[in-house]
Amino acid sequence: MTAVTPFPADARPLLEVRQLSQTYNLRRQKLLAPRPTLRVLDTIDLSVRPGEAVGLVGESGSGKTTLTRMLTGVEKPMTGNVLYDGLDVWTGGEAHRKLFRRSVQVVLQNPRSSLDPRMRVGTSLLEPLRSLKIEGDHAARVLEVLDQVGLQKSALERFPHEFSGGQLQRIAIARALMPNPRVLIADEPVSALDVSIQAQVLNLLKDLVRDLGLGLVFIAHDLSVVAYTTSKVYVMSSGRIVEVGKPLDLFRNPEAEATRSLVGAVLSVETGLAGSALT
Amino acid sequence: MTSRNAIEVKDLVVGNGDVTAVRGVSFTIPQGGRMGLVGESGSGKSMTALALMGLLPMGWNTHGSVLHDGVDLVSQSDKALSSRRGRTISMVFQDPLSSLNPVRRVGDQISWVIRKHTGVDKKTAEQQTIELITQMKLPRPEQLVRAYPHEISGGQRQRIMIAMALACYPQLIIADEPTTALDVTVQKQVLRLLNGAAHDRGSALLMITHDLPIIAAMCDTVAVMYAGRIVEMGPVAEVFRNPRHHYTRGLLDSQPTMDNIALDGTSRLVSIPGMVPPLHDLPTGCAFNPRCAVATDKCRAEMPELSGDTLKSACWHPVPNSSEVAAQ
Repeated sequence: MTAVTPFPADARPLLEVRQLSQTYNLRRQKLLAPRPTLRVLDTIDLSVRPGEAVGLVGESGSGKTTLTRMLTGVEKPMTGNVLYDGLDVWTGGEAHRKLFRRSVQVVLQNPRSSLDPRMRVGTSLLEPLRSLKIEGDHAARVLEVLDQVGLQKSALERFPHEFSGGQLQRIAIARALMPNPRVLIADEPVSALDVSIQAQVLNLLKDLVRDLGLGLVFIAHDLSVVAYTTSKVYVMSSGRIVEVGKPLDLFRNPEAEATRSLVGAVLSVETGLAGSALT
Repeated sequence: MTSRNAIEVKDLVVGNGDVTAVRGVSFTIPQGGRMGLVGESGSGKSMTALALMGLLPMGWNTHGSVLHDGVDLVSQSDKALSSRRGRTISMVFQDPLSSLNPVRRVGDQISWVIRKHTGVDKKTAEQQTIELITQMKLPRPEQLVRAYPHEISGGQRQRIMIAMALACYPQLIIADEPTTALDVTVQKQVLRLLNGAAHDRGSALLMITHDLPIIAAMCDTVAVMYAGRIVEMGPVAEVFRNPRHHYTRGLLDSQPTMDNIALDGTSRLVSIPGMVPPLHDLPTGCAFNPRCAVATDKCRAEMPELSGDTLKSACWHPVPNSSEVAAQ
C-alpha cells in the first residue's frame, strides 16, 4: 500500500506556534520579595500542515497540556505567537479569532467525562455548531460526520452510557469534526480505551488525516502509539522541545536524555519474552 | 494442612443475580509462580481478583472453590477473610491515590498492617516500615513515613502500596493494573521492584492487566479472558508466540510495536472489529464469534471448552500453529 498525500509537504503551516513561552506566578513566599515564578513553556516552536500528523510526547509535567491549551486558544501566551493560517490568533482581529476557534478542535482522553451524560448524542453533536453560531444544514452535516467516523444513524437518539468506550471516542471525534475543522488536537485519545479498540481509533484518526487533509496534533506518552500515528514527533521535557524528528530516527538514535528515557520505557512482547524488558 | 499451590481456583462463578461476570474460571498458581490475567474491560478479570480477595461489591456472590493456604476462601466468613487480607493474600490496586487513606500518614498506614497481622509493638512495626520503604528504593524513608499520600508522587505512592502488600510476606500478591496510572518512564522501575520483591519473599504473583508486554516481562503463565471465561491459557512464550485462539492473535496484532509498524506512517494496524459484548447480552456459543473472522455455525451454537496439553485454548477452529503451517 502506497501512501497518497494530495497535500504537498511544503504547504504553509495551518497552525503554528513561534517562540512561545509561558510563565506562571507562584504563591508569595516572603512578604516583600517578588512572587516566585515557574517557566512552564520555554521558547517553543511547533507547526502542523494540512494532511500532516505530528506527535507530542513527554512525561507528565513536561508542559504538553499547557502547550495544548495554547494551541486551542484557551490560554493566552505571555510571549511568542500562536498563528492560524499565518495570522496571529490573539492580535489578528475578532473575525480571525472566530475562524480559528471553529477550525481547531480537540478530542480529549476520556470520552466518558468529555461527553455530557444527560445529553443525547445527537444534541451533543450539534452543540459546537450552536455555540460557534454556525449556520447551515445541520441535519445533513450530522449524517455526513457520522458516516466519516463509522457510526450508525441510530446513535443520535441514544445517551452516552449506552455506548462502549471505543464508540464514545468515535462520538467525541465526530463532535470535534462537526464545525468542519482543519486541525484536530487529540490529547491521549486512546489511553483510556481497551487494546483491541485502540487500533480501531488510531486507524480512524489516520484515515481522517488522509481523507480530509486534517492537520493532527497527537499528544501521548506512549512512544509506539505516537510512532504509529504520526510522521513527525516533538519530544518535550521541562517545558522545552528537546528533540524533533521522524519516529524512526528517534527510536533508532535518540539524542536527548528525555527521548532516551521514553524509548527505554517502551516494553514489547518480544523483549519481555527474551527476559530483557526489565533489566 | 498446607497445599503446595499458592492458589487453586476451580469453576469460579461470580454474579449478582442479573448478570454473571465470571462464568466458570479455573486456574492454579504454584507457590512462587507468576500468572498473568489478560482481558479487556468487561472480561471479568478484575471481578475474579476481587472474588479471590473477598472484596466483591454488595449483592455479588461467588460459587465454585478457591483453595488457598488449605482453606476454601469461598466458604469463609467476612471476618476470616479480613484476617487473611494483607497477611497471606494481598493486593496492589490500580490507583494508589484512591486506595490509600488520604488523612493518614503513609508510614502509619503500612505499620498498621504490620501490627494488625503480626501483633508486634508499635516501635517494631515502625522500624519494619522504614526497612520496607528503604527496600522500595524510596528516598529519605524517615521523612517519607511522615508524608500524606497527596504530598508524594504517583510512582512513590504505588511503591508505598507495594510495600504495604508485601509487609507480611504474603503467599500471593494480586496486582490489578499496578502501573496504568503511572508515567511510562516510572512504570518500568515499579515493575522491576514488584518483580524483585515478590521473588525475594517467594510470593506468588497474579498480574492483572490489558498490557501484553507487561505480562511477557513478568509472568511465566498467562490466561486470556474474554466475556467471563478463560479462552486461552499456557506458558507465556507459547501463548504469545503461537496463540491458538483468534482473540489472542488479534490482541497481539493490534499492539503498535516496533516490529509490526512501518515507521513512515504507511502501515495500518490490524484491529479486531466490533466490541466486547455486554454481560447481559452474550452471544450463544463462543462469545467471540461475532468478532471472529473464521466463525462458523458450530461457533454460533456450541460453546467450546478449554482443551490442550501445555497450551489450552477454547476454540473450534484454532489458529494453525507455526509447525503445522511449515508442514503444509
